[in-house]
Amino acid sequence: MNYKGKAHKVGEHIDTDAIIPARFLVTSDPVKLGENCMSGLEPDWVKRVSPGDIMVAGRNFGCGSSREHAPIAILGAGMPVVIGHSFARIFYRNAFNMGLLLLEVGDEVDKIADGDSLDIDAAAGVIRDLSNGAEITCPPLPASMAAILAKGGLVNYVKERLQ
Amino acid sequence: MAQTLAQKILQAHTDEEIRSDGQIVQCRVSLVLANDITGPLAIKSFRGMGAKRVFDKDKIALVMDHFTPQKDIDSANQVLISRQFAEEQQITHYYEGGDCGVEHTLLPEQGLVAPGDLVIGADSHTCTYGGIGAFATGMGSTDIAAGMALGETWIKVPPTIRVEYEGVLPRWLRAKDLMLMLIGRIGVDGALYKALEFGGSVIDTLSVEGRLTMANMAIEAGGKVGLFAVDATTRAYCAAHNRPDVQLELAADPGAPYEQTVRFDVTDAEPVVACPHLPSNVKPVSEVKDTPIQQVVIGSCTNGRISDMRDAAEVLRGRKVDRKVRCIILPSTPTVWKQCLKEGLMEVFMDAGCIVGPCTCGPCLGGHTGILGDNERAVTTTNRNFKGRMGSLSSEIYLASPVVAAASAIAGMVAGPDML
Repeated sequence: MNYKGKAHKVGEHIDTDAIIPARFLVTSDPVKLGENCMSGLEPDWVKRVSPGDIMVAGRNFGCGSSREHAPIAILGAGMPVVIGHSFARIFYRNAFNMGLLLLEVGDEVDKIADGDSLDIDAAAGVIRDLSNGAEITCPPLPASMAAILAKGGLVNYVKERLQ
Repeated sequence: MAQTLAQKILQAHTDEEIRSDGQIVQCRVSLVLANDITGPLAIKSFRGMGAKRVFDKDKIALVMDHFTPQKDIDSANQVLISRQFAEEQQITHYYEGGDCGVEHTLLPEQGLVAPGDLVIGADSHTCTYGGIGAFATGMGSTDIAAGMALGETWIKVPPTIRVEYEGVLPRWLRAKDLMLMLIGRIGVDGALYKALEFGGSVIDTLSVEGRLTMANMAIEAGGKVGLFAVDATTRAYCAAHNRPDVQLELAADPGAPYEQTVRFDVTDAEPVVACPHLPSNVKPVSEVKDTPIQQVVIGSCTNGRISDMRDAAEVLRGRKVDRKVRCIILPSTPTVWKQCLKEGLMEVFMDAGCIVGPCTCGPCLGGHTGILGDNERAVTTTNRNFKGRMGSLSSEIYLASPVVAAASAIAGMVAGPDML
């Protein structure tokens, strides 16, 4: 899979209350959740996002609650990928289960600046920053995650097993 | 091979031989949990998977605790989805009305979780049950749906950080302080993808309720679980909470492989608070005393148990809450509420000018029953002080033990009980 979009950088330890505040958890509709994505960080943050854009995060992105609404809100806002220094573990599982691709790149994340144009070849594990020419190689996905992604998320993965 | 608590419990729930940390194993689960926020999404995924029946109607718990009593039409409708599912699947452990309480206080109290169990819950504070020696961890709704359908889940065997507390526990130091001290030392991702295992002479004599408080916040250090050995104290707690059958004795092996050992001597420690906006921003109370506050919350899955209520009452007895402060007390289960009545604690709270509310997660996640306005500041016994967690983005949360929270309510500012 290839992804092309503008980078939106956020800081370290971005928690799930920042990604989607609890007062919006009275629905699981991706569109409604997407409209309020990152509003716990900054009101109207999501207005900067065009479909296909890419979130770029610091250390421990997605820490806090187990709410699956967090990756759904990011997908609902139109962002199919998050590149991060590292991810909180519940968020990590949730993202793949929902079909949101996470790329964990450690300190390399600093090579990307806010607003840069990115080109991602997910199969090859390469992120190209078209704005500054930087190239980042991602470690391969764990086999269990790749298997779930290959089926398009955990729902389909289990569906096949139950048949 | 010498094993950690995490390795031992996981081994008992999988047919695969655990050889090393990092290995991914398929495990049988003892109990699967969801609440009013995460349950409806899990049910949606369950149906999407084409699942017809849950793997065991006695091994699912649905607890409608977050927005209870339902705060608006949308949240009421979410509960309807869960209730209909519970009826359709004949779920034994469905809680919504007068028997409902905050899930992580309720389940151990009702004996639905036992030492050695493997529990997965669609709530990040599922790790609480590590306090009675259960490998319990939070997951998202779809992982939970898979668990409800299959009775299994995959788990990556976590490396373990051993944490030891030695010394003599000072008069006002509580389990909450011990845990905040750890998070302050290792940071909010210090245990990312890892297990915490607690020990030392202070832990050996710590009550099970204190252990549950500490395990509850393992996730605030990024941890997968926070585990305590199963000893006579644990078995006595289980016997008093519907589980006289529990005989298990469980401890890590001598020479178990730890990635790191963190040690504390608590003898000279003073009560702490976690300052805005991260649980790792931990300071001694004396460093931030005199910070004015407008709200106190005593309750939640971290500190809403009877020992916490007794702690709060001890400080509040015969004193008055500052008139500029809303002091909200939420005993976290009906059993705790009733015990407060029996012991006369409710009278203490009312005489002091507290607001006593229902058994709900409510304000902890900024849900309802105690939301902060612009620039307001609170001292709470909850577990997260992220920006905007309890209301306005400009509000601030200080996390503390019930004795510090109660003292702060009286002082009208951050304060310890020895400063009144």
